[in-house]
Amino acid sequence: MLRVLAFLLLAATVKWVSAKEAAPAAADPALEQRVMTLASELRCLVCQNQTIADSNAPLAEDLRNQVREKMRQGSSNSEIIDYMVARYGDFVLYRPPLKLTTVLLWFGPLLLLAAGFAILLRRVLRRRPAQEFEMTASEHKRATELLAGNEAERR
Amino acid sequence: MNRFVLPLAIFAALIALLGVGLTLNPREVPSPLIGKAAPHFELPQLRESAKTFTEKDMLGKVWVLNVWASWCVSCREEHPVLLDLAKSGSVPLYGLNYKDKREDGLAWLKSMGDPYQLSIYDLDGKVGIDYGVYGVPETYVIDKLGVIRYKRIGPLTPEIVKEKVLPLVQELGRA
Repeated sequence: MLRVLAFLLLAATVKWVSAKEAAPAAADPALEQRVMTLASELRCLVCQNQTIADSNAPLAEDLRNQVREKMRQGSSNSEIIDYMVARYGDFVLYRPPLKLTTVLLWFGPLLLLAAGFAILLRRVLRRRPAQEFEMTASEHKRATELLAGNEAERR
Repeated sequence: MNRFVLPLAIFAALIALLGVGLTLNPREVPSPLIGKAAPHFELPQLRESAKTFTEKDMLGKVWVLNVWASWCVSCREEHPVLLDLAKSGSVPLYGLNYKDKREDGLAWLKSMGDPYQLSIYDLDGKVGIDYGVYGVPETYVIDKLGVIRYKRIGPLTPEIVKEKVLPLVQELGRA
């Protein structure tokens, strides 16, 4: 009985939670889709490694609302991005624009990779081939014996 | 021995880079608003909701705008610094009560003291967004032409007031 009650309670909670989350999407799914797509390009400044689509921070919610409102008013995605950058800077973008201050950010990893390859190449080219080794007749004979599996030698 | 020099040098450089990185605060994002006109607002005042205040009222004066809220923990830490700044009378200090309940904001000023000439009331945080606010408290120094000259994210400290804010206010006041 208790288990059933607990289950029902849990089920009711789930229902309540999901209903709350889903509410804004139901209003206009197409618009909401657009809002979330753009929101996943924008960084939440309070919790810096989340997008404003992922974050539940109050500011992220405000910014999502702002995006939604702007879209309702007919703003294009790039207009909204400009709006955000004007207030929060390039940092708000998950894909920062390519300019002088971000060159290192964009090409730094490539540069490191190239440096790594250069070092590798240098080391490989420098490595000398193994020296030729000439065996005398007696050495050759002993080697043959060893390879044949002379138990006495091996002990 | 020689072959260890280069890897060691690279390692040392990396450690130095990461070491410097540790001393930086990733929360302090350079604001694009520095050197730009302060965004326009016209908001009701906290104490007298029938009256409004706009940044245009301050044209011709150097002033400081401080974003605060009663729910903000660091604001509590910052408050004595603001009271001192107000007492010194060196610059007019205005508050922006950010996403707060009016009665909470008023109760805060009553219990902690009110350093502001007046506070404006931004319930939905729209003006906050225009000013790029993301971590309360934030402080702006605005010049006579209404251009933002300085922004501090996080609480003001006596050192920052003494070394950054006051010299800047004096310099702008002479201009």
